[in-house]
Amino acid sequence: MGAILKLDELSKAFGAVTVADALSYEVQEGDALGVIGPNGAGKTSMFNLITGTLPSNSGKVLFAGQDVTKWNAARRSHAGIARSFQVPQPFSGMTVFENAMIAATQSAGLHGHEAERFCLRVLEQTELLPKANVLAGSLTLLERKRLELTRALCAKPKLLLLDEIAGGLTEAECTSLVQTIKDIHASGVTIIWIEHVVHALLEVVDRLIVIDFGKQIAEGEPHAIMNSAEVKEIYLGIEADA
Amino acid sequence: MDWLNAIVQGTLLGGLYALFAAGLSLIFGVMRLVNIAHGDMIILAAYLGLTVTTATGLHPLLALVLVVPTMGVIGYVLQRGLLNQTLGDDLLPPLLVTFGLSVIIQNGLLEVYSADPQKMDAGALETASVAVGGLNLGVLPVLTFAVAVAVIWGLQWTFYHTALGRAFRAVSDNQDIAQLMGLNRRHIFGVAMALALGVTAIAGILLGIRTSFDPSIGGGRLIFGFEAVIIGGLGNLWGTLVGGVILGVAQTVGAKIDPGWQILSGHLAFLLILAIRPNGLFPRIS
Repeated sequence: MGAILKLDELSKAFGAVTVADALSYEVQEGDALGVIGPNGAGKTSMFNLITGTLPSNSGKVLFAGQDVTKWNAARRSHAGIARSFQVPQPFSGMTVFENAMIAATQSAGLHGHEAERFCLRVLEQTELLPKANVLAGSLTLLERKRLELTRALCAKPKLLLLDEIAGGLTEAECTSLVQTIKDIHASGVTIIWIEHVVHALLEVVDRLIVIDFGKQIAEGEPHAIMNSAEVKEIYLGIEADA
Repeated sequence: MDWLNAIVQGTLLGGLYALFAAGLSLIFGVMRLVNIAHGDMIILAAYLGLTVTTATGLHPLLALVLVVPTMGVIGYVLQRGLLNQTLGDDLLPPLLVTFGLSVIIQNGLLEVYSADPQKMDAGALETASVAVGGLNLGVLPVLTFAVAVAVIWGLQWTFYHTALGRAFRAVSDNQDIAQLMGLNRRHIFGVAMALALGVTAIAGILLGIRTSFDPSIGGGRLIFGFEAVIIGGLGNLWGTLVGGVILGVAQTVGAKIDPGWQILSGHLAFLLILAIRPNGLFPRIS
């Protein structure tokens, strides 16, 4: 198993604001990588750079060994990169099932009954099957988050990017969502997960990186990272004792 | 009976207006583009039909086999090559560019075909009629109305029952997310314009059989199309058909009162509906 994703000195700045500062790391196939950092650190921008919605200033994105830096978002989606959004963005005028079908037919390239059966399976996995024919605009927050996950999964991703998917959920909702994500990871999908709900994150990921001001400031085993003085200071705002 | 006749003829005329409008409605629904050149594209299609019929001797309705795909290709190329570049957060650039296109098409047609009014010869079809319950219905208007219903049914079915239609609605809903789901919006927009101009080709040929046309009348067809779309409500294709019928009936009833009132009464009906229901009768897009 090789690296499914490799960022090589990836940088992006909006004027004086640097959202990605020479980001370089690799994610091995089948891994689950957690990303933490304060608000505005550039975590979501990093996802935008990986999915191709934001063009980089310099550096490279390599996906499954190919340089995809110049590829647009649609092409990267076909290649197997999918994401969820922190603020769910369903096609609100379409049903849950149709939302899923868009990803299955366009991104994963499935057709007809095969696509329909696949979507139904995913909807069952994400526990949205009872809502399949409901307009996406009428869903609750948890259901919308599950729809984000559904759509991303229907794209048959090799790499799944989750952006604060547990944020805003109750404890019980969070627990069931974490279980779903664990199952997805167990099925072989590589995951990169940005999350402030750290205990949820730690249940799934086996490696953690910390980002601040667009820069990667720490990387390693999750519990070690969470206990490091540097992370406590920068991420949690606690002054490190000398 | 005279009044009933006016209403029935107006309804059938409404079918033609709905065909003018369907392409506009489709384009606005998918990409929020207001195509000012739409009327001129109808006339362009009529002239293409004229060229095909005079060159090959084909019946105008058979010429559709050539003109519809030609207009479709023109639509796709135009969208990919020009109109996609104008789309963004600002509604003004596509308005200006399609206005420019309108001028170019009109003058191009003048250059090639001159300002003389032309007409397509559809033989016996033009005058054929059937008597139904004391009314004489022209076969051509009935055929036009039937085609309008079929086209709108077809577009509606495409929108709600096919992968392409889902793609149209997804792109219409949120372009950025649609891209992330693997949809190439530039291509989808191209296909939408191809489809819209294919419908426009049908409208142009039926117009060219029904009445004489010259390069300058596109603007008027655009207005009728707009009015039908807005009366029916944005984003609702069946509403567009109703809008076309209301416009057609207002015109024929107006003409019945006084022949000079035909066009004016159509516009008045439009104003009245706009005043009472600013979003049209059955809006789907606000």
